[in-house]
Amino acid sequence: MLNVNSHKQIRGIEMENSPKNSRRDFIKKGTRLSLLLTLGAVGGIAAKHLTGEKYVWQIDPFKCTQCGRCATSCVMSPSAVKCIHAYDLCGYCDLCGGYLKPDANQRSTAAENQLCPTAAIQRKYIEEPYFEYVIDESLCIGCAKCVKGCTSFGNGSLHLQIIQNRCLNCNECSIARLCPSEAISRVKASNPYKVKGSFTKEGKS
Amino acid sequence: MDKWIKIALIFTLLIFSLEGFAQKQRFPKPEFGTGYSQPTPVTPEPRALALEYTDVIVLLIVLSLSSWIAIKDRSRKKMLWLSVFTLLYFGFYRDGCICAIGSVQNVALTIFDPGYAISITTLLFFLLPLIFTLYFGRTFCAGACPLGAIQDLLIVKPLSLPEWLRKTLGILPYLYLALAVLFAATGTDFIICRYDPFVGIFRMDAAFHMVIIGIAFLLMGMFVARPYCRFLCPYGVLLNWMSKFSKWHLAITPAACIQCKLCSDSCPFDAIDYPTDEKQVKQRIWGVNRFLVYAVLIPLWIIIGGYAGSKAHVWISKANPKVYLAELLISKPEVRLDEKNLDVQAFLSSGKSMEMLVDEASVIRRKFYFGGWIAGGFMGLVIGMTLLNQIIFRTKKDYQPNKGNCYSCVRCVTYCPVKN
Repeated sequence: MLNVNSHKQIRGIEMENSPKNSRRDFIKKGTRLSLLLTLGAVGGIAAKHLTGEKYVWQIDPFKCTQCGRCATSCVMSPSAVKCIHAYDLCGYCDLCGGYLKPDANQRSTAAENQLCPTAAIQRKYIEEPYFEYVIDESLCIGCAKCVKGCTSFGNGSLHLQIIQNRCLNCNECSIARLCPSEAISRVKASNPYKVKGSFTKEGKS
Repeated sequence: MDKWIKIALIFTLLIFSLEGFAQKQRFPKPEFGTGYSQPTPVTPEPRALALEYTDVIVLLIVLSLSSWIAIKDRSRKKMLWLSVFTLLYFGFYRDGCICAIGSVQNVALTIFDPGYAISITTLLFFLLPLIFTLYFGRTFCAGACPLGAIQDLLIVKPLSLPEWLRKTLGILPYLYLALAVLFAATGTDFIICRYDPFVGIFRMDAAFHMVIIGIAFLLMGMFVARPYCRFLCPYGVLLNWMSKFSKWHLAITPAACIQCKLCSDSCPFDAIDYPTDEKQVKQRIWGVNRFLVYAVLIPLWIIIGGYAGSKAHVWISKANPKVYLAELLISKPEVRLDEKNLDVQAFLSSGKSMEMLVDEASVIRRKFYFGGWIAGGFMGLVIGMTLLNQIIFRTKKDYQPNKGNCYSCVRCVTYCPVKN
């Protein structure tokens, strides 16, 4: 501990423009310049891979294995990951693997028959024998139960996507870190979704 | 003849692949008789790029203002309001991401992994505060860092910590920086972001343990001022280096110091250097010999550190999910039967061979081996330099801010009775 009271003034030992001072200044100036050059070098090396494009996180639905971690690992609660329905791929089935539990006792909207834990899928009759399934995003928690059902028994039209206006675009996506199938990667913000249909396995870049 | 066989082969392949594509739709989309119009999936756009550039401009303005306040205006009140703005904008509005502290990892990753492209915004968030600090001192910490602002605003009754404790805990940021760069460079993890104690408070949403840590830091910060900045912040290490050689810096007194000691207890961060004690002057003769010994010991510290780091690489590399998975599958093959282990099941269903995984894992582990040497050597150098600094004698005439540790928060200025 420094004892403040016992200090002695030793002013005047060094003159303002003594050679010692100017040498110190010189060293300081030199170090400052070299630090600036180091920063420039680091910036220069980093600038080699510089991109003017913004990148965001997105799920590749063809790599996704519906493990359910999207619902639990996101920094947001509920997760920024939600189910998206690619209607082009939907078969509009009455017996929907994504909507009904495998052991459902009838094909109805009764709660006990629904696979979705939050009842976020709305089933609507269109015409015999077709039904439309719409995701209510305000209810969806991204658990991928319906995705698993749809991919296993149906066309796979239901799939997970990161909803970009909900995603905080963390520096490192906490779901990507835990994703067992490495399905989440950075994509260009100009093309921020990998919706099935418009993004097919064959046509993906 | 060969050519025709090839063409025929390509054709058959093409037909098969088309067939495969058609078969993928198990239940073809029906043709509706009634006038059904198919909805399109809603895909909201991400935050516009222009807004990211706005962030950079805001950072530039806040840094300029903060530097102007620290050097020219010297008003604590203005600095306080600036930090409130920073807390609201970069903290609560921008949800704490992206920040300069975390950008260290992006820069490390982009240097070591050519596949990762760093955005202009991130690079500027990394460089701008460092450049400003090189000229004006750590004004970034005072006015432009949301993590600093939230801690600074909650200082209630700061305690002065003994020097040995400050110096010892002061090694932690170097260790944090070394680990963060190591993990980022190997593409393992962004630990600075993951263990950011305040981002959960900015977002009002985080994992339970991080909320607890965040609140604990804030509570501790009421008495130990800015605990994260002083004893953890990895970016603070770089700022400290820059600030030591800054061209201009906040001064406690606008004119000559009259040695009134009024400012001596004003700094909550113990960042004011007191004038040299006569007792220390007497010890100087002893200091020269010790200086030589300590200086000679530095290479030894580096080698010890590097060796320890390289020895620890096996253990540290387990943080990488690929290395972890490969090790798990080799050491416990029975885990393949565990239906609940999602990582193992996803790997088994991915069709990747065990050899590929082991190859990838050993490449990563190799990186950890070299990284361990560098990070360990760096830590050895830090320890050696810290010890050397203990005995280095510098004559100080007045009460001055310690240029490396001072955050330019302008608190001390208000205590100085000298005006102009």
